[in-house]
Parts: sequence; structure tokens; C-alpha cells
Amino acid sequence: MNAKGFIRENIPLFGLILLMAAVSLYSPNFLTVDNLLNILRQTSINAIIAMGMTFVILTAGIDLSVGSILAFAGAVCASMIAVDTPLIVALLTTIAIGAALGMASGTIVAFFGVQAFIATLVAMTMVRGLVLVYTDGRPISTGDFDVANSFYEIGGGYVAEIPVPVIIAALAFLICWYVLNHTQFGRYVYAIGGNEQVARLAGVNVARVKLIVYATSGALSALAGIILTARLESAQPTAGMAYELDAIAAVVLGGTSLAGGRGRITGTLIGALIIGVLNNALNIMDVSSYYQQIAKGAVILLAVVADGRSKASSR
Amino acid sequence: MTALLELEGVDKAFGTVRVLRGVDFTVQAGRVVALAGENGAGKSTLMKIITGIYHRDAGEMRLRGKEVQFTTARQSMDAGIAMIHQELNLLPALSVGENIFLGREPVDRMGRIRWSEIERETRHWLGTLQQQIDPWTETGKLSIAQQQMVEIARALSMQAEIIIMDEPTDALTDIETQILFDVVEKLRGEGKGLVFISHRLGEIFRMCDDVAVLRDGNMVHQGPVSEIDEDGLIRHMVGRELSDQYPYVPAEPADIRLKVDHLVAPGVRDVSFEARAGEVVGFAGLVGAGRTELGKAIYGANPAQSGSIEIDGQPTQLRSPRDGVSAGIGYVTEDRKLEGLIQAHGLRQNLSLSGLFRFTNTTGHIDKRAERAEVTRYINAFSVKTHGIDAVISQLSGGNQQKVSIAKSLVAQPRILILDEPTRGVDVGAKREIYQLINELKAEGLCILLLSSDMPELMGISDRILVMSNGLLTGSFARDEADQEAIMRCTVAGLEEARVG
Repeated sequence: MNAKGFIRENIPLFGLILLMAAVSLYSPNFLTVDNLLNILRQTSINAIIAMGMTFVILTAGIDLSVGSILAFAGAVCASMIAVDTPLIVALLTTIAIGAALGMASGTIVAFFGVQAFIATLVAMTMVRGLVLVYTDGRPISTGDFDVANSFYEIGGGYVAEIPVPVIIAALAFLICWYVLNHTQFGRYVYAIGGNEQVARLAGVNVARVKLIVYATSGALSALAGIILTARLESAQPTAGMAYELDAIAAVVLGGTSLAGGRGRITGTLIGALIIGVLNNALNIMDVSSYYQQIAKGAVILLAVVADGRSKASSR
Repeated sequence: MTALLELEGVDKAFGTVRVLRGVDFTVQAGRVVALAGENGAGKSTLMKIITGIYHRDAGEMRLRGKEVQFTTARQSMDAGIAMIHQELNLLPALSVGENIFLGREPVDRMGRIRWSEIERETRHWLGTLQQQIDPWTETGKLSIAQQQMVEIARALSMQAEIIIMDEPTDALTDIETQILFDVVEKLRGEGKGLVFISHRLGEIFRMCDDVAVLRDGNMVHQGPVSEIDEDGLIRHMVGRELSDQYPYVPAEPADIRLKVDHLVAPGVRDVSFEARAGEVVGFAGLVGAGRTELGKAIYGANPAQSGSIEIDGQPTQLRSPRDGVSAGIGYVTEDRKLEGLIQAHGLRQNLSLSGLFRFTNTTGHIDKRAERAEVTRYINAFSVKTHGIDAVISQLSGGNQQKVSIAKSLVAQPRILILDEPTRGVDVGAKREIYQLINELKAEGLCILLLSSDMPELMGISDRILVMSNGLLTGSFARDEADQEAIMRCTVAGLEEARVG
């Protein structure tokens, strides 16, 4: 591949580098190990959700229910920790619940042929209602048992100076990358997004793949919910509101097509980092949080247009 | 004779692949020029340069002597060039009239669409083509042939000086083809310049004044039709002699591979037949006779409602294409674009999709080295023209796509291969390659069901021909007793019965 092609294929990466260079020129505090680790930690939750979202979007779907699933999983997990449930049991149960909720919208999409947008919008609304019923609208503390302390480490701990959420996100990324690039399942995900009818006629069990894809998204949302709850030592009924938008933004910033069939999980990771760096930079630059929204939107627009242009010109 | 459009020394490359090399091409007023050439010779690219969809890398294009450079399709349209596309570019949910005037609706000063004018004009142009179609009919409800006529009416309504027709007769019946020829005759009389792209050599000689032949991006011949004969034309197209269009090899049928007993499925009313290993069974019939439906029912894509299917003596339940693949059935669809290949994906991913299980271990890990090796083997064996194993499908020519489509089902190593219109939209040279391929597969002991509307092809390649009509088998012919007339009678047999019943 020539240099031009390399740049064209990696627009998101160059965008991230450019962004970081610009911010570091502005503020000497940006490019420090502490701040960079901080960005990684803040990014990890969105990155984990966005990885699940990548699977869904690659099949030409969308998952709006991730924020609600995150909140419900967090609430269930907090209440289990609060009654001294063994950590591993609490974690596995929570992730299983997330997968089951994801599978519920997956079932509606795969077997009833409802559009993913609608199916997951319904799931988003209903699961959020479930959260409010379950928590009675109040935060659930993780309690005072010893297990709560070990639980906190998942969100707030460090291993060799690296925040635990960053390690979890990195592991999740490696697994997702492997699955998408080196397994039959990953190939089928791309094929379904590329052309569902072709995939079906080639012998792909389309419904089953979709089911697993939405379950994966739900499970990863639950994992993000665990990290958030652990760090805050409590589950908030309003947790995860609008998280689906950041996750979708990360996927799209990473160059994955909303039409399905094209994109890379590496791109999603970079997309999540761009959003993370941007949030951090706007804070460092002391931009008012009102303006931050506008700036974020503008950067996303810029990135997507640049990516779209480079792809159009490569034809 | 005035030249309406002249191209001189046109070059075009995609990446490192040179598709057109110094092409000269002239369209003259009051003449029909045929553009012939195999798939991948560069015909579509040349037409897309003329219509402003692609930009030429070098060379000149003059419209009535004036140098032009179109950067959008709109500019070429405004300059008086209309194109009738091979693939239907109509929006199925819109009415016929809306489609014909899409993007150039007549409006009044308030911006309101003048529907009465659309209706009148639509009626007029469809009338020119002798079509009694109501302008407000939903386009998707028309037959493919009718849609093609709407497409032609749209091009006519633009009243362009130059009209390019890309395989306009592929979807048409004989009657409609004749109507089109009459219209072309009239347009020629009005002094328009027409370009006619067709694989049907007979039509070229019947209708065109000049013929231009592209081969591998070079314009190898341009001159009056009267100065060349069919053999000469084919020689120019393929660059060699074509001895025998249908290279039949006698079969040595072995045991019964497939036994279909009283099969009932959507579009299939009651079908029983047997097919042997090492045998090509041809299926003749009109469009809508139920051949595609039968093929899909056997494959599992349209599961059977009753009846039974036995493969090598084993009763087999087929409820999905997945079942079909595991039972050893390969199905090559007639619609490569929508059902056959993922156009935006690479050659490798497409080729290995059906047979991916062969390279996958129990944990789901794909052995990419084995996959690449096998895919490369098929690309070479089928002489697919591509610049790499990861080339995007949409950049391949139709004939090459069709080879990939067949290869894709073979990667899964089927025992039975169902080919639905395997040579539709494929040029003479590639057709013959596909026939040879069918012979090789037959010799390897595959049981092949050949579903085709091309009668000479069916009679030339099949060991046995079964005829379908209205969801039933209405005839069965051994190779040496098959004659076209008898088959034709069978293709309409079920219709009579249906009308009576």
C-alpha cells in the first residue's frame, strides 16, 4: 500500500494524533502520563459499550438500549454486592442479565423482523422503566461488606499503575478484535451487514448470528455498568443516559459504515479515544460545559465528513 | 454523415488496472452503432465516461465538434445524451410517471408539480412503445419487461440527441424487442445517434449500421456492419476462433444422486424427478414457470410444504439454505447482485462464505492461510480476471462475477449443483468457459441441475431436459430426442390446463 492509501485507510488515527498534537501545544499538562492514563480510564466505559455497538452496526443494526442496560446491570450488581454476594457470582450474574436483555431485543430484530432502531428503542424505554421500578428511583449503595471493597477495585483500582477499567477495556478489545478478524462468527457479522440475503443463501444462520450480536452488546453494556457502579460505589437510576450516542459516535468516528458490512473495531477504539481526548482537552482549556457539546458535535461532523471524502475519492 | 460525438485516445485506469487504452469511438447522426466486446472489455466504462459518471484520464471528447468535459451525469444529460441502463434504475415505490420525470418534474411558478403534464407525457412516450400502462401504476408492480419499457420511455422523453442502450433487450420478450427495434428505426430517421450494446450478435446485424469492438480496453475494430460477418465479429471480440459454442461431453451417469418425490413448495405444485451423479439435467420453461422456485425448494431456501427429497438414498429435510449446504447442495442464484455476491466486499470473503466451515476449527478460528490457498486455487482454475484476492466484487465484470458466484458454491464441495441462469448477462467467451466448467464438474461426478431460459444452451449442454410450466413438470426429453418445438409446446402446456382448471 502506498503512503496515500495508508493515510486514507487511517484517517481516524491521524485525526487522533493531530488532535493530541494540537492540544499538547496549547497545554503542557496534557501530554503527561497521569493525564493520559486519566483519559484512558475515562474512555474505557464508552470504549467497551462502543465495541458491542460495532458488532451491531456491522450487521447494519443499531442498539439504543445500551445505556438502559448499563443502568439496570449496575443496579442489580450493586444490590447483590450490598447483600454480600460473592464477587464472581455477582459479576457473572450481572453480565448474564445484560446478555439476556440484549438477546431480548435481538429476538425482536431477528425473528420478528422489526427494525433494530425500533426494537432497541422499545428496549431502551422498557429497561429504563425496569431500572426505576427496581431502584425506586433512588441510588443503590454497594454497602459495607468486605466484598464492596474488592468490588470498588474494578472501577477505581490500579494494577501496576494502570487503572483496572483500562485493563478490562484492553482485554475486551483484544477479544472483540480476534472474533471479528479471525473467526467464522466475525466473518458472518460482516457478511450479514454486507448483504443479508446473500448471507442467508450462502448458508449463514442469520437469526442466530444477530441474536449473539445483540447479546454481546448487552453483555458489554453490563460490563460497563459494573465498572461505573464500582467506581461510584453505588448504582444511579439515571446512569448511562445518552451513552448510546457517544458509543454510536465512537463507531462512526472510527470509520464504520452505518449501512453495515464495512468497518473495523480498531477504528472504534480510536473513535472512543478521540471523544475521550476531546472531553479532556475541553476541560483542560476550561471551556464551559455548554460550549463543550457544540465543540464535540463539530469535531464529529468534521471527522465524518473528512472520512467520507477520502473514501469517495478512493473510488 | 456528421459525427455527433467523437472520442479520441481515451484512457482510463482504476488504480493500476488500465481499463481503456487510447480508445477512439464515433457516434454519427442517423446511424446506430453497436458496441460489442466481452464482459470486462471496457464497454461500460466507456459509456460511463460518455455519460459523465467517470472522468477520463486522457484523450478528447467532442460533442458536435466542441470539446466537452462532463463532471456529472446531469451535465451529459443536459448536453443531450441519454442512457438506458441494463440494470433497472427505477424506484419501485413510485408511479411510472414519477419515475419517468424523476429529477426533472415540470413545475409551475409556485414550484408545484404539473401532474397533468406528467400524465400526458408519460402516456405519450409509453404509447410510442405501444405500452398500455397507466402512468399512476406503482412501478414495482410491473413485470421486468414492462419496467424495461418504462426505462426506455424515460430515455425517449428526454428527447436526447444521443441515446445509449445497454443490453436493452435482455429482459424483453420477442414482441417487445420488435417494438423497440421499430422505435430505433424511427429515431434513426430523425437523425439521432444511437449506441447499442448487446451480447446478442443477431440483433447487432439486424439493427445496427456500424459496429465497434472493444477487447481488453482496446478498440480493435470499428466499421460498417455490412463489411463483417458473425464469425469475424466473434474473432474480434475474443481474439481467437470460437470453434464450438457448446462443447458437450457425453455423460456417464452413475447412481441416482437426487430423488425428488411429489415436492410441493411456494410456486411448485407437484414435482417428481430423479437426477444422477455425473449428469446435467436441464430445466426449460417460461419465466414464472417455477424453475427458480424448485431450485430454491431443493436447496432449502423456500422450504418444501410436502413431498420428499432423497440425496444418495438418504431422506433429507431441508428447511434453510444452511441445511442445503450441509446436505451437499450448491445453489448459484440467477440474481448475482441481490442474492449472489456481496458487492462491496472482497473476492476472498465472497468466495469462501459458503464453504467457510472447511477452514474453521471447532473453536471458530479461521485458518486464513488455508482459505487464501483455496480461494487462489479457484481464481486460477476459473481464470477470474482480477488484480488481487481482495479486489472488491463490484469492480469485476459481469462474467467474472458469475464465475466467482459459481466458484463460491463449489468451495463448499457440493454433491449437487443447482445453476440458475448461469450465463445471463455473460459474453460469448465467458459463456463457453462456463460450459466447459460444467462439463468438468460433470466429469467429477457432480449432479447438475441447469435452470435456463436460453434454449440453445439447454439443448447444447444438458444430458436430459425436463420442462416446467405453471409449477408442474410437463415434459421430459433425452438429449437426442429434444427438439425446440416440442419443448416449447410443453412450456405452455400447464398454462392451458390452468386456464381450463
